[in-house]
Amino acid sequence: MNGRSVGFLTLEPRAHASRHWVWGAPLLAVALTLVVGAILFAALGKDPIAALVGFFITPLTSAYGLAELGVKAAPLAMIAVGLAVGFRANVWNIGAEGQLTMGAIMAGGFVLSVNHLSGFWILPLAVVFGALGGALWAAIPAWLKTHFNANEILTSLMLTYVAQLLLNWLVHGPWRDPAGFNFPESEVFSPSATLPILWEGTRLHLGVAIAVIAVLAIWVLLSKSFLGFQIKVMGLAPRAGAYAGFSLRKVVLTVLPLSGALAGMAGFFEVAGPIGQLQPAISPGYGFTAIIVAFLGRLHPVGILFAACFMALTYLGGESVQMFMGLPLAVTGLFQGMILFFLLGADVLIRFRIRIGAPRPGKAA
Amino acid sequence: MSISTKRMFAAVALAAGLATGAAQAADPVKVGFIYVGPVGDHGWSYQHDQGRQALQEALGDQVETSFVESVQEGADAERVIRQFAANGFDLVFTTSFGFMNPTLKVAQQFPDVKFEHATGYKRADNLATYAARFYEGRYVIGTIAGMMTKSNTVGYIASFPIPEVVRGIDAFTLGMQAVNPKATVKVIWVNSWYDPGKEREAAETLIAQGADILSQHTDSPAPIQVAEEKGVHAFGQASDMSRFGPKAHLTAIVDNWRDYYIARTKAVIDGTWTSEDTWGGLASDMVHISEYNSEVPEDVVAKAEEVREAIIAGTLHPFAGPIKNQAGEVVVPEGETLSDEKLLSMDWYVEGVQGELPK
Repeated sequence: MNGRSVGFLTLEPRAHASRHWVWGAPLLAVALTLVVGAILFAALGKDPIAALVGFFITPLTSAYGLAELGVKAAPLAMIAVGLAVGFRANVWNIGAEGQLTMGAIMAGGFVLSVNHLSGFWILPLAVVFGALGGALWAAIPAWLKTHFNANEILTSLMLTYVAQLLLNWLVHGPWRDPAGFNFPESEVFSPSATLPILWEGTRLHLGVAIAVIAVLAIWVLLSKSFLGFQIKVMGLAPRAGAYAGFSLRKVVLTVLPLSGALAGMAGFFEVAGPIGQLQPAISPGYGFTAIIVAFLGRLHPVGILFAACFMALTYLGGESVQMFMGLPLAVTGLFQGMILFFLLGADVLIRFRIRIGAPRPGKAA
Repeated sequence: MSISTKRMFAAVALAAGLATGAAQAADPVKVGFIYVGPVGDHGWSYQHDQGRQALQEALGDQVETSFVESVQEGADAERVIRQFAANGFDLVFTTSFGFMNPTLKVAQQFPDVKFEHATGYKRADNLATYAARFYEGRYVIGTIAGMMTKSNTVGYIASFPIPEVVRGIDAFTLGMQAVNPKATVKVIWVNSWYDPGKEREAAETLIAQGADILSQHTDSPAPIQVAEEKGVHAFGQASDMSRFGPKAHLTAIVDNWRDYYIARTKAVIDGTWTSEDTWGGLASDMVHISEYNSEVPEDVVAKAEEVREAIIAGTLHPFAGPIKNQAGEVVVPEGETLSDEKLLSMDWYVEGVQGELPK
């Protein structure tokens, strides 16, 4: 193979994936996004520098803004890191949104059943229920995959809608607040079931700290444990893994519930943190956005932490430029789309090098 | 007007301007709006934004408005509301039921900022509530549907089974049955306020089941477009949607927030704003019936207008007894009228609605 040529530019395959570009590509993508974003703002008739500052800097200039970044990034990071474990093993859990919902339902159901009580034991137990809800919901596609070879992409996605409808039914029916004029909301969680605020005057809650700990724990799991090694091998070379005696079944039955548990906990943290009750809308699609975050972060826990913060910032920035500059909401989607587009484009540099000119004759790879 | 009166007018205006205008010009009242959907939905959020634009136009330099669209009714709402409050906004309108608890939380943190929440029931000293008696409009279009349906089956595309929506279905059905007791209403719940795809599917299903008139409590014009394609009739929701179905669109219930937004902002400027609960209807034009299509026969227009005027005059209440529930039991006896409190927590269907209310 001589590489692919586009006019005077030639893409030449590298012998080894470039270590520099693995981390350089996301930075290049961010840089390109900023440049194109500036051009876009200018085309909209806004001062590009002021708009970029409004989008990326203004949201972070107050304590409240910083805390909000944490509140928004925490569920994304926690879900994405769980998904990344699966993605590394070629297990494609697309249904984190449903697992988040089930976590919120299980934990929320427990909380509502003890809402008249108080005690330090309520919160930890609720977290366990949240993790359990998500894990069990993710165990269904895992079991369907190992027993019937059903594609987990489809089953996990479909189960998302089931979970959301179940939540809808619960808050419209049995779990509806009796004092709430028949509106679809549960009672407000008691203080014992509400996550403590870590930073007075903001919404930074305990769940954000736990999310960071979860990300670090997964990092250790992936890099230091035998399970982490198995996951990587099964992802890169499943047949080699099989020869080594690793069981794909076991990996699937481990990583899917694991990612489900993290999503379920994130779901509980949303309802016990910023929301404070069960209601039909508990997540603005964190489970789906986390898929983007996982890839933006190169399926690496530390990368995911940064990617989650960046993604969270695009939401806060989008709100800020709407409020103060009258820019449309579509700006948020545009920035998210551009960053992904440029990242996928820049990824080519990891495996290829760009050479100016036609392909060299006679150099066969 | 003579020259001297003009001069006098100018002098008075100048004096008034010197007294208050200078301070106001330098410091316009900042009003923030939070929408649950996109401003381009041609429904709920669109009409709130029409109100905002009218406010900006009416009060000019005295007011500075800003909005954030498509705000989720979850954890995000509180942040957006708080951002408005923390950045010097004087008055914030939060325009969806799901913003109730976050609005209350922020209102408690910012006692000097005034908040107005649409369609909720929690109030505070600096948190007012407002909503419209859309059921009055629905009774009027129910009348039209009852007189115009040939299949005696009317389709209703509903969003969420909350009291507001159930009340609308019931009012529509009561209006319809008052003129045509044989007609029934089929309801499809799409579990969304705005989902053109689902609304389209629901419209197609209802037509396939024999509905020749559609009504909707969702915000996109998709059902109107389906009605136009299939040659049946439909009613616009929230705004005049006739351009999406010139033949199909019989009339629309228009949400008119303009007067309210202007009045409430003026009250802030004058310092007369107080927290109160407003529930406007046809009489205050907060609920407005748009122009009738030429497809609507004259006798139907006349009847609809008669009903509309009777509601405005107070001689007709859509929920005046006798009203039967689906089981045929009399829930509201003759001579009684359902109270506002009962209307606000409505969770049962009247006779004439088919299917079971999801609970």
